[in-house]
Amino acid sequence: MLACTELSFSYDNKKTFNFPSFSCEKGETLLILGNSGVGKTTLLHLLALLLTPNSGSIKIKGKELAMLTAKEASQMRANHLGIVYQKPHFVSSLNVIDNLLLANYLADQKESKTQAQKLAQNLGISELLDKKTSLLSGGEQQRVSIARALMNNPDVILADEPTSNLDDENCEKVIQLLENQSKNIGAALVIVTHDQRLKDNFKNIITL
Amino acid sequence: MLFKISWKNILNKKLNSFLCILLMTLGIAMISLLMLLGKQLQDKFAKNISGIDLVVGAKGSPLQLILSSIYQIDNPTGNVFLDDVVAIAQNPLVKEMIPLSIGDNYQGFRIVGTNKKYFEHFKTQIASGKMFKGNLEVVLGASTAKNANLKVGDTFASSHGLDSEGEKHEEINYKVVGILDYNNSVVDNLILTSLNSVWNIHEHKDENHEDEAGDSTVKREITSAIIKFRSPMGMMTMPRNINQNSKLQAAVPAIEVNRLFELLGIGIEGLQFLAAVIMLISGISVFVSLYNSLKERKYEMALMLSMGASRTRLFLMLLLEGIILSLLGFISGIALSRIGIYLISNALSKKFHFDVSQFNLQTGELYLFVGALLVGILAAALPSIGIYRINISKTLATE
Repeated sequence: MLACTELSFSYDNKKTFNFPSFSCEKGETLLILGNSGVGKTTLLHLLALLLTPNSGSIKIKGKELAMLTAKEASQMRANHLGIVYQKPHFVSSLNVIDNLLLANYLADQKESKTQAQKLAQNLGISELLDKKTSLLSGGEQQRVSIARALMNNPDVILADEPTSNLDDENCEKVIQLLENQSKNIGAALVIVTHDQRLKDNFKNIITL
Repeated sequence: MLFKISWKNILNKKLNSFLCILLMTLGIAMISLLMLLGKQLQDKFAKNISGIDLVVGAKGSPLQLILSSIYQIDNPTGNVFLDDVVAIAQNPLVKEMIPLSIGDNYQGFRIVGTNKKYFEHFKTQIASGKMFKGNLEVVLGASTAKNANLKVGDTFASSHGLDSEGEKHEEINYKVVGILDYNNSVVDNLILTSLNSVWNIHEHKDENHEDEAGDSTVKREITSAIIKFRSPMGMMTMPRNINQNSKLQAAVPAIEVNRLFELLGIGIEGLQFLAAVIMLISGISVFVSLYNSLKERKYEMALMLSMGASRTRLFLMLLLEGIILSLLGFISGIALSRIGIYLISNALSKKFHFDVSQFNLQTGELYLFVGALLVGILAAALPSIGIYRINISKTLATE
């Protein structure tokens, strides 16, 4: 489903990040571990097509994506990638359900309330749908971000430090939900983190 | 959805939005009010002087003579002898002379002694009753009849002077014999009677002074007279002649009204400038509000960009916020100016019997609409250009 080979990237020609090759199949989970400063977020942004690599290739479903134009990348990202960011950010003036529907709207897809309600049910946030996002707890916010990442049934889900701000109990819950939901829709899940608590949960681990 | 986000953003910053709308409202309301008032005053003033070439009366301020004789809003300059005016009217250049005798009122409505030519001049129509003929018979303007609650057959005692508190001529009552149709001119607020009636009222009062009472040779006095010329030649020679060679004063309404509007115009222009400045400040407040919120919402914007939104779409969304704010300001501004004109009209008609109510949308207000929209768009566009400079990856990684 997702395959990367010999990606490299540099911000200002001084320090170049070289990443190992890896792949992740449908329904599988890949954990990328690394300490601060080794380029975890950079790698995730490369995978999310927010940055363009100097060399190497990224393939999703066999399609080469490394050299797409900004517009193509934007469409690809909106329709085929689900991203969970480190800090759960939302459009603060909208309530939870509108934030979820926004993912449909911005990807030019039909706004599906049933999809939003189904995901909210699965993630245990049904009763929060009418609330403002700023009123939610950290764990709840992270669950809403997961729901948002899943709204367009993506092929690949990318998670950037999804658990770093959560306590052990919420961490366990969020990871479980992420894994189950990705399996449900048959997406490849890539988690980038320095959170050593996750090490024991996964088989496929790459250390940067 | 785009509209929903814009709208929710506006609701989210209630105080900021309120300030923007308030400033826009004030600016729009002021300009629109001034436009409405200016236009209507000009209309009213122009309508009432049409066809009147000259007014002659006692010496004094020419503007005062015009205001008191034509518009019935200032005090008269004094009385003149009828014979002197008739002598002027003998000039072959004069087509028509309409004498006016002002001095009494009923509940603040002026009683004007004149003749039938006055009615012809204003093209009035009798709505009910008949024209005055005999002594102490009066015809009422439409507004007078309505506001003083008088109908045909009623009688009333007039008060001396132009103030409703003046001393009453209680011995003699006027009798209403007719009511005029609504004429949309100064006539609507008058009580009209013959010159003889006015003279009679005052003679009766003077009976107490025995030495004057029996004097039949006493010269008749009037307040002023409206003069129409046969040809423009009259305008060239007569006013100067009268002013230099007689005890009378001649005033040309067109000149005096123009002078009045020049004076008023400075005030109106100054206020309109002030209102435009308020509108501009409203624009600046939209600008500052959006600029600040864009700094706060930079991550939000980057997030929406990463979710597939195009930069142009987000730019339009922010523009929409400015447009909604200025539109709301425009609508409430127009509403406010209508409330204002209603109150002013009420006050004016109480004080001067002058009606300026006019609630239709003016063409000038369409320009105002475009102006408000431009201010909103411009004020929103300047800070929103920042959308095109956001580095998505950097913003998402650092904030």
